[in-house]
Amino acid sequence: MRDGPMPGVPGAGVPAAPGRGGRLVGRSVPRREDPRLLTGRGRFVDDIALPGMLHAQFVRSTVANGVIEAIDLTAVHEVPGVVAAFTAGDLALSDIVAQLERPEPEFVETAMPVLARDRVRYVGEPVAIVIARDAYAAEDGLEAARVSYTVRQPVTSAAAALAADAPLVHEEAAHNTLVDVSLCATDGIDEVFAAADRVVRVDTRTGRQNALPLETRGAVAHWDDREEQLVVQTCTQVPHQVRTVAARCLRLAERAVRVVVPDMGGGFGQKSVVGREEIATAAAALRLRRPVKWIEDRKDALSASFLAREQHYDVRAAFDADGRILGIDADVVCDMGAYSCYPFTAGIEPLMASAELPGVYKVPAYRVRGRAVATNKAPTAPYRGVSRPQYVMVVERLFERAARELGLDPVEIRRRNVITDFPYTGVNGITYDPGSYLESLDLCARTLRDEGWYERRTAAAEEGRHLGIGYACFSERTGYGSAAFAQRRMAVVPGFDISEVRMDTSGAVTVTTGTMSHGQSHETTMAQIVADELGLDIGAVRLHQGDTDRITYGWGTFASRSITVGGSAVRLAAGKLGEKLRRIAADRWGIPWEETALGRGRVHRRGDPAVTIGYPELADLAYLRAHLLPKDIEPGLSATATFDVFNDGTFSNATHGVVVELDEGTGRVEILRYVCVEDCGVAINPQVVEGQCRGGIAQGIAGALFEQVTYDAQGEPSATSFLDYKVPTAHEIPEVTIHHLETPCAFSATGAKGAGEGGTIGAPAAVLNAVNDALRATGVELDRTPLTPETVHRALRGLPEPAA
Amino acid sequence: MKPAPFRYHRARDLAGATRLLAELGEDAKVIAGGQSLVAMMNFRLARPQHLIDIAGLRELDHLGTDADGALRVGALTTHHTVETAPPGTLGAEFEVIRAAMGWIGHLPIRTRGTAGGSVAHADATAEWCLLAVALDAAFLVHGPRGRRRIAAGDFFLGPYTTALDPDELLTEIVFPRPAPYAALTEFAARRGDFAIVSAAVDLDVQGASVRGGRVALGGVAPVPVRVPEAEEVLAGGGSFTACAAAAAAAVEPPDDANGSASYRKQLIATLVRRACEEAVSR
Repeated sequence: MRDGPMPGVPGAGVPAAPGRGGRLVGRSVPRREDPRLLTGRGRFVDDIALPGMLHAQFVRSTVANGVIEAIDLTAVHEVPGVVAAFTAGDLALSDIVAQLERPEPEFVETAMPVLARDRVRYVGEPVAIVIARDAYAAEDGLEAARVSYTVRQPVTSAAAALAADAPLVHEEAAHNTLVDVSLCATDGIDEVFAAADRVVRVDTRTGRQNALPLETRGAVAHWDDREEQLVVQTCTQVPHQVRTVAARCLRLAERAVRVVVPDMGGGFGQKSVVGREEIATAAAALRLRRPVKWIEDRKDALSASFLAREQHYDVRAAFDADGRILGIDADVVCDMGAYSCYPFTAGIEPLMASAELPGVYKVPAYRVRGRAVATNKAPTAPYRGVSRPQYVMVVERLFERAARELGLDPVEIRRRNVITDFPYTGVNGITYDPGSYLESLDLCARTLRDEGWYERRTAAAEEGRHLGIGYACFSERTGYGSAAFAQRRMAVVPGFDISEVRMDTSGAVTVTTGTMSHGQSHETTMAQIVADELGLDIGAVRLHQGDTDRITYGWGTFASRSITVGGSAVRLAAGKLGEKLRRIAADRWGIPWEETALGRGRVHRRGDPAVTIGYPELADLAYLRAHLLPKDIEPGLSATATFDVFNDGTFSNATHGVVVELDEGTGRVEILRYVCVEDCGVAINPQVVEGQCRGGIAQGIAGALFEQVTYDAQGEPSATSFLDYKVPTAHEIPEVTIHHLETPCAFSATGAKGAGEGGTIGAPAAVLNAVNDALRATGVELDRTPLTPETVHRALRGLPEPAA
Repeated sequence: MKPAPFRYHRARDLAGATRLLAELGEDAKVIAGGQSLVAMMNFRLARPQHLIDIAGLRELDHLGTDADGALRVGALTTHHTVETAPPGTLGAEFEVIRAAMGWIGHLPIRTRGTAGGSVAHADATAEWCLLAVALDAAFLVHGPRGRRRIAAGDFFLGPYTTALDPDELLTEIVFPRPAPYAALTEFAARRGDFAIVSAAVDLDVQGASVRGGRVALGGVAPVPVRVPEAEEVLAGGGSFTACAAAAAAAVEPPDDANGSASYRKQLIATLVRRACEEAVSR
């Protein structure tokens, strides 16, 4: 929207890394959040203390599958410090119901009660809420609760859930199947496989994971008599959706609920769904008319929060003799646990996998069946990458296996198959916008080659050591608009975003976004966009997010949507405000507004740089001397814009290259080198993008080698502390070298594509491929994650993975 | 993850601690660094009615060699103090102990956790316990009936169970003789985890040859154990690999989610060999 050249913005501490044409976008502007967060002045949910505040904890089911016979809270009320305790019957809340617009048996609707009523379906399911004067007394209260169950046989794996005589997790869901969809089935695919030179198959299983934000979930709720509002301060990625569900469950008008989000210590998708506990906490505060705080402890976070990623793929791929892929035939089963999450439903994982599996490759024929299966385990939610870490692993394993069988170089077989002509409409009906699939692959492989890793691999083998090199080449759809989500047939369709940009009489700007930073640096990146658009110092721009009373509406932050969708809305709103500033100035000068430009906090008369009006002066006109404004300009300086994506979205892409060495004595996998070549279009702030890459890669390595949520045969979770849920630490995560390529998005207002998830998506495939390359002399291939040292140690001695 | 109610008592000196222990007996737990106890209390796996805090007993915070060449470690000496002890405090004779500290948890844990606390807690995989067994340490304890000295080999009775009476306090760990050719190594999925298997060796080296030594393992039995079968191989002039194989053959390690018994045996074979190699490379 800006026509004139943008003068450089003088900004203290802005490093020399140039943005283009003096712009802030493209520069690693220091994170504006950091001074507060790094000096302990952040304010998280648990930092909030209100007068008279009480503390809640939950009586949780001790059985994985059972009928509640009786809940006796008599003794709870007698525990010193306990103020109240409520069951589902006491609170009488409506259930949380997530829907797809698909007929049975494609989708079976199930309800998630806020507190369990008659049935419990996983260990840790909330059965009653205990409220006490402090968190200690609340836990004392939990111990006094008596809940009796008729225990039923639990279903603890997807395979068991699909067995003919399996107990039902939900009576309404036959075969424990919540979603069963075949999104794609190319005509004649069986003939393609029959005629193919080579058919390879992979059977992969990925472990159940916890997204594990360092800040666990939590909420502080209180009733505000003056506003007649229930105020819920909670760490959520989706404040407006929490408001909707809270209002519906409590049967309040939506305006009577205000959701406010303080600083957040991560979410990774786990907080992109509405949790039962925050609704119950709000209900208790409303009932008691006293502030109530609930902070999820780590044990509950590990055992009873939303989980993800437990998937089984049985996939075949057909190739011709030159290694060109002819077709993929995939069966995807996702273990979604006990309930369908709001708003995404249990379809989130199988639908993502089914729609996107062909990925960066030109796959002419594709058939897929995707199922979501209910089990007696904690429910699932989106987790950074959503199915893409899994299906990318599957597809990359297919290519590695085909390369091995056909005697081709693993990089070369990918080169022959990646999409190079854009836009490309795939067999899955998705149109891919331009990316750098081949370029990223070549740069990544060249980097490892130039560094001598191939020679080192040969030398190591001669010494009897086990070095391996692995790649993952992938893309990631980001910037899903409402059109793309509608294709999933969600009953609640996310997609657009709204921003308001407002200038005050001092010329300072307040921006709102419906996205919700929980570590993504929006206070910095959104301000960069606005500062550029308005020609302002970044210090004059302040972002507001996470308050349903101050933000018109928003879909929050997930699916790498914030910069593509939210950032576009922000830029458009800033552009509108800029136009208004120019119109006011142009009126003063008696010239058409097109003959003006913005920069350095002023409107300039084009062609006559000496003639300018500063923003404070224009703001003074707009607010304090509005009688001087032309008749066609309204008083005030604010502008609102929405942005939505009406096509298939935009695809970020990357190639990850990994070198590992396996320790023959212990099976330990050591990552010697990690190179990531990523392309997220225009990087608003490269340092922020690199942070996203590194954090994502750490979580991807966690999935490949370390973390797994486990249960015993009775459905009792067995990894309920960090002793057993093995989050990798700085010792286990290597240095990562990141190279940036830039293929700008053609339709987002900034050219940016999403950057939040790619690291997580590529890492498991690249690590697994590298391990398998290191094992090449043994004849063993591993296809399940997490790879434990014991499994690798067995493989080094030629022993295959134990049966599933 | 908040502990059940308890009463907190702060001991001012050793006599006061002994008096509190005598008075409160089995209902009390001594807290030093709290790195194991507090976590267990937060899970409500430990529910002491009384906590006796001995952190103020400065006389138990010391580290140094005595006139006999023994290393004396006060019970309240933190792992971090040992790890960062100035050169000369432990010397090459006890480098094995300084180096072993790096295996204990993470820096914040090492900064608060204490040698005596680790020994009294008696986790089967704890580095201090393994060092004590491998190096023939003795523990000085203080109680209402006076002082006594317990050999490491007699101290560990089972998981989290020791020869300490409920009213006794561990005050000092004594490593009686230099161990210049000793090493401890271990394996876990992550650095800082409880070891799946840990191995410590203390070799008798004369000139360029190994004449014998002690071999101890953690994580393979309810308590850290010496492995005489492996020591015999060393004494007989066998190779490190043979010694390690003998160690693996001699024990019946547990089979659990952290590793199968057969995997643990393979780890023993690897770790004993590596510990021996590290010990002679000092």
